[in-house]
Amino acid sequence: MEGGAEGRPGGERADAGLPAWGATKVCVRYGRTVALSDVTLAAPAGQVTAVVGGDGAGKSTLLRCLAGVLAPDSGEIRRPAKERAGYLPASSGIYPDLTVAENLDFRAQGYGMSRRLATQRAAEYLDRAGLTPAADRLAGQLSGGMRQKLAVIAAMLHQPELIVLDEPTTGVDPVSRSGLWWLIARAAAQGCAVVLATTYLDEAERCASVLALDAGQALAAGTAEEIAAAMPGSLRAVDGRPAGDAAERSWRRAGRWRVWEPDGPPDQDGGAIRPDLADAVTVAALAREMRAGRPEGSES
Amino acid sequence: MWAMIVKEFRQVRRDRRTLAMMIVMPVLLLVVLGYAASFDVKTISVAISGPEAGLLAGRLPAPFRVTTTAPGQGASWARAELRDGKAEVAVVTPPCPTTSWSVCSYPGRPRVLIDGSQLFSAKAALAVLARLGQRSGSQVPFPVPPRVTVLYNPGLKTSAIMIPGLCGVVLVFVGTIITSLGVVRERQSGTLEQLAVMPLKPRDVFLGKIVPYFLVAAVDLAIVLAVGIALFGVPFRGNPAVFGLGALLFLFVTLGIGVLISSVSQNQGQAIQLAVMTLLPQVLLSGLIFPLTSIAAGVRWIAYFLPLTYFNQISRGVMLRAEPITALWQPFVFLALLGAIVVTGATLRFRGYLAPAARQRGPRRPSAEPEPAQA
Repeated sequence: MEGGAEGRPGGERADAGLPAWGATKVCVRYGRTVALSDVTLAAPAGQVTAVVGGDGAGKSTLLRCLAGVLAPDSGEIRRPAKERAGYLPASSGIYPDLTVAENLDFRAQGYGMSRRLATQRAAEYLDRAGLTPAADRLAGQLSGGMRQKLAVIAAMLHQPELIVLDEPTTGVDPVSRSGLWWLIARAAAQGCAVVLATTYLDEAERCASVLALDAGQALAAGTAEEIAAAMPGSLRAVDGRPAGDAAERSWRRAGRWRVWEPDGPPDQDGGAIRPDLADAVTVAALAREMRAGRPEGSES
Repeated sequence: MWAMIVKEFRQVRRDRRTLAMMIVMPVLLLVVLGYAASFDVKTISVAISGPEAGLLAGRLPAPFRVTTTAPGQGASWARAELRDGKAEVAVVTPPCPTTSWSVCSYPGRPRVLIDGSQLFSAKAALAVLARLGQRSGSQVPFPVPPRVTVLYNPGLKTSAIMIPGLCGVVLVFVGTIITSLGVVRERQSGTLEQLAVMPLKPRDVFLGKIVPYFLVAAVDLAIVLAVGIALFGVPFRGNPAVFGLGALLFLFVTLGIGVLISSVSQNQGQAIQLAVMTLLPQVLLSGLIFPLTSIAAGVRWIAYFLPLTYFNQISRGVMLRAEPITALWQPFVFLALLGAIVVTGATLRFRGYLAPAARQRGPRRPSAEPEPAQA
């Protein structure tokens, strides 16, 4: 089935037992470049789903398909009607020459909210995000973190059933990130399906499920624990970069070198560690590169 | 410095549209201006009424070109011909009691009415009439010196014909240049993508985008008109409603061009370039500065695709000659036609951005570059 399908309100699609919102076997090509290849994503209600991957992995393309900005070449997109979806593009979608309050007012009117409800909800969100003192400031004069918080508030002001957030915390300081996560978690707690793209794997670990993308292909999917547990082979941490073939399966992390052993338990040198999501995703990408015949070491 | 030069060349090379404009524009401007920049009046259209209209028609020398003769008509018909823009000069001949026009002697004198709103034609007509007055012999067109009256712009003031046209230039400036910037800015900042996912109809976004500019342009027009009338003494003789309708249609076209330009521009720089590209020919070829009849035929045809050409005809016709809407149907129809074409094109382009999910491939969106697959 090609293209998008706007769904009905509800948690699951009755015919296939799939979550109401998500993507199934989506392919997107830009000319000869494959941006997404058979990617499937489920976005259950009340959960935060993270899409992780490096630059150019296809995260934004997938999110744009989910948001309805881009039509896939093939596959199925399930999303609610526009009135019941919210989207934060990578560019934040905020008007820099409008004030914080004016931006939210425009968004509320665009989604047909009553003035009273919009005022009440905007005041509440701004207060929780610490933006109340900045309500009359131009959005273009806000710091990066404040602007992102405003963009997230704008995306969820109308309390949609599906919120698609493209890297909401990129370039945001830790305090603002915390504020943003409060907003995101609250939206999910209220029953909204949240899909967000992030390059921060520590953030992804906080999400109910994770889809790891690389070069437009799904590397791994599931909870962070499931992805970590499913990592093939084993992992060890050493102080120096190993020599020989192992160098191609090693990367630097937290001051030490991780070495992936694809074929079994760690060797006699010891240093075995339990992989986390970041390790598992790195290994998955490494394994894909090795299968493609392009092994290379990397740092993270 | 070398690094800067190399960088600039690389950037210019990639911006092919700018490069093309840098090379093509000067040549184009030279050719167009060379053919267009002419105040020489080669022909002056003449309508003749009165019993001796036929006789006089055969005697008027170039550059006069008789377009209509109406022996049964009089002065009011002649005035109507000028008012409706059907002729630049009208002659009312009195009856001649003798059989020979050249020796005709009668109490009345022929009347020559000149349309002063056609400034260059009027000046040329006055000059030719003055030369004819110095001639004598059987081929003299007028046996007695005619009474010459310049209508609509008796002082032959340049401001009287420029102000109505400049109203159009103001509308082009606001309608095309500012609008094209407004929409492309939205694209560049990525907010157009946000609009695409909001439950807004493309038509609503399009209209919501242009209505403020429309109102600003309307205020601008009122100011320019008021200043022109108060400061330069430009008359407003016609029906304001007819003028308003013309301005409305014209604005409709210019705003549509603005949106169309923004939809094919990748950034504000390109939008400005394209907007200027549409503004320049309108200023040079619409009859605002150079009379349409003076422009070489090889270039003149461009004028008939320019909305300012028709707005000029409407604004000068209404303001100076009190031309009724029935006489202005042609420019109104052409403006409406241009408006329909341009706005349809702009709306279709706009829809491509706002409803991309309905099609497999929308127009390019530079604000949100596609992510290439990582190697």
